[in-house]
Amino acid sequence: MEALNEIIKKCNELAFDLNFTRAKEWKKQDNSRVLVGYMPIYFPREIVHAANGLAVGILGGGDKKQIIKGDAYYQSYVCHMPRGIVELVLDNHLEDFDGFVFPSICDVIRNLSGMFQLFGKGKFVKYLDFPQNFLPEVGGEFYKSELQHILNEIKKINNIEITDESLQKSIELFNKNRKLTEEIYNIRSEFPWRITAADVYSIVRAGFVIPVEEHNEILEEVIKLLKVENGEPLDKIRVIVIGAFCEQPPLSLIKTIELAGCYIIEDDFLLGSRWIKGDMNTTKYSPLDSIVRAYLEQSTFSSSVYDVDNPKELRLLNQLKERKVDGIIFAAPSFCDPALLDHPILQKACDDNNVRYISFLYSENTGQFKVIKEQVGTFSDSIKLWA
Amino acid sequence: MSKSVSKEKSMIIQKEMIAGLLKELGNAKETGKKVVYTFVPGNISELILAFDMLPVYPEINALQSGMRKKSEGFILDAEKLGHSEDVCTYVKCDVGMMINGNIGPSGEKIPAPDLLLLSYTGCFTFMKWFETLKRLYPNVPVALLHTPYQEGHKITPEMTKYMVKQLKEEVIPKMEQVSGNKYDEEKLKKILANSSKVEETIIKIFDTTKNRPSPIDAYFAGVYYIGPINNGFRGTPEAIDYYNELYKEIMDRVHKGLGPITPEGEMEKERFRLVVEGPPNWTHFREFWKLFYDMGAVIVASSYTKVGGVYDMGFRVNPDKPLESLADYCMNCYTNLNLEQRVELLSKCITDYHADGFLVNSIKSCNSFSAGQLMIMQQLELRLEIPVGFIESDLVDPRYFSYANIKNRLESFFQMLEQRKLILD
Ligand code: SF4
Ligand code: SF4
Repeated sequence: MEALNEIIKKCNELAFDLNFTRAKEWKKQDNSRVLVGYMPIYFPREIVHAANGLAVGILGGGDKKQIIKGDAYYQSYVCHMPRGIVELVLDNHLEDFDGFVFPSICDVIRNLSGMFQLFGKGKFVKYLDFPQNFLPEVGGEFYKSELQHILNEIKKINNIEITDESLQKSIELFNKNRKLTEEIYNIRSEFPWRITAADVYSIVRAGFVIPVEEHNEILEEVIKLLKVENGEPLDKIRVIVIGAFCEQPPLSLIKTIELAGCYIIEDDFLLGSRWIKGDMNTTKYSPLDSIVRAYLEQSTFSSSVYDVDNPKELRLLNQLKERKVDGIIFAAPSFCDPALLDHPILQKACDDNNVRYISFLYSENTGQFKVIKEQVGTFSDSIKLWA
Repeated sequence: MSKSVSKEKSMIIQKEMIAGLLKELGNAKETGKKVVYTFVPGNISELILAFDMLPVYPEINALQSGMRKKSEGFILDAEKLGHSEDVCTYVKCDVGMMINGNIGPSGEKIPAPDLLLLSYTGCFTFMKWFETLKRLYPNVPVALLHTPYQEGHKITPEMTKYMVKQLKEEVIPKMEQVSGNKYDEEKLKKILANSSKVEETIIKIFDTTKNRPSPIDAYFAGVYYIGPINNGFRGTPEAIDYYNELYKEIMDRVHKGLGPITPEGEMEKERFRLVVEGPPNWTHFREFWKLFYDMGAVIVASSYTKVGGVYDMGFRVNPDKPLESLADYCMNCYTNLNLEQRVELLSKCITDYHADGFLVNSIKSCNSFSAGQLMIMQQLELRLEIPVGFIESDLVDPRYFSYANIKNRLESFFQMLEQRKLILD
């Protein structure tokens, strides 16, 4: 227990370090190393790794950064995360970064990429347009050209051309990372009392800002420790939290949900790290093609992906069954279009299938949890009563 | 203000065009014509026409519901179904209209779609919108055309290739299947040849604001002028006639030295020339416009009139390369330009049309436009040293139109322009 607490403490420091100290130290050790910041949700970090770089997740200012300048760039009806990111930029937290990648998930992130261009930040700014067409020869080809564009930009900086071997090695490391992360979720699903959702969150989030090799070691150690029984089951309901894939909920909000009578068994908090389901298949495809294929064929469901051929409500209901969950908590950032536009679809599926749910809004710097605690508490009590 | 308000010939032509389309839609079930729901930005209406199908534009229904004071009820009904207060009100207005029997703003029932053509240039909400519609019409096929964003300030060959492939592999086969017609490239080329003529005339029309006084208001009247091209008429002979007639009328005003026509007649004294960024408010359109013309403010260019295509940076469809042209057209729509391109385009408008000030009408529920607008303002102020103003409203949710607030802000803005004029003089 002592050892686990130590790891969690370390992960907490890493995960919420808005100066990205570990990543910057890593870069300093070798002149050809590059740091590439990326915004939510998913980015194939493998390509940066293969080019001697570290892809660092930038998830906003959270509740740790006071927003002073960022508010001058956004109207009150835009979500909170981009103002946190602008604050980080203007306070020079991102100075050592060589480039920035903005995955195409919504109009706010898209326009934030333009703001970075206007700020003149980084040696490159790339809005990564994920295809919404999932045919390999159509969307797949386009996606490959998008990834190649990023590799070309990195090459301009460090003159490193990736090879099939280097990419293969990187893919293996990230395959392992995803497998280990999934294992932690599986253990938690079976023995949710052994580790809190907030602690899992910190452990996974640490992986956004340190080299994958180091994170894999941490995950392995955590799994070893979690295999030993500790704590006891409590009378809590099992829930999925969904809608929090981009602007992150404050850690205290995750804690509040659990304290109010829930075990968070599934979530989409740090969805990028679990986006690809299963391993990337490098035996069937070339390494770069395997990254492309994995996106087209093994992506999880998300509000940012066109889903008509594979409806997200069915996938959510499947997840509910697989994880033996009692109810769903829809927790979306205020003004988050993608998450909120999905709510009626997902909630109708819940209604049609007698799945209980509640819904509330938050922002990354929410500080008051009383109302949410009461709401979640009532939800949990009512499910227990019915059960 | 001169009180004479008479209908120009172009207005009559436009009215007849729209009435004709509505009639055709009304008779679609009898005539067997297939109905395609699609969007304005990046609307590949030429291809729809080439398949002899009829377009319906949910945004246009929403904005007209807003103008006819029907949107609030629809929005409230959608919110009762779980739609958030925070999201695009066009979507909610549309959903509300559909669950209330799909009776369009003009009072006629809009036929259900045979195809949902999701070409969602420059805004993710379009994708979410059609995911919602797909649940309302589960048996209707969706053809998706994903338009890559101009993030690197240009259209690359890979982007065009991706779009052309989607047209060939996804869109055209679905259109063939739904319409029962084969793709006829020669027919499409002829339609596109008409489009390119229309594009030329549109440029000339919006360029007339270089004159003093400006003969037109390029925002409030501009939204009427772009009506036909946004409503599926690009590429039709009617559109050529309409725009030729409109241009003739405007040039007549130029020769007579007349200012723009407003709902209360001709604006006699032009005091301020503005460039406006962002869509207008539709629920209080007349009051909103009046706040400007009462002060002698004329809009000499607006970004909103470029949502259905940006032609003033040199883009023209090329009938010899039909699918590539459709692709490039989509990628060139205003909201598909990156922020720096938007700054450059607005900056060009301010300079070319000799604007005295730049104004943002920020729409609460439209992140595609709004996120980043404050930085656009800063950039323009910095680069051109031009006074900038900022107001907020919504597209079709009347709860977010605060007349007093907007009036106050505009009055201060006009005062600032006035003072600056005195200093410059
Ligand atoms: S929180 Fe939602 S709206 Fe805001 S940037 Fe993220 S996905 Fe976009
Ligand atoms: S968010 Fe804006 S651009 Fe997108 S559909 Fe709504 S009004 Fe149109």
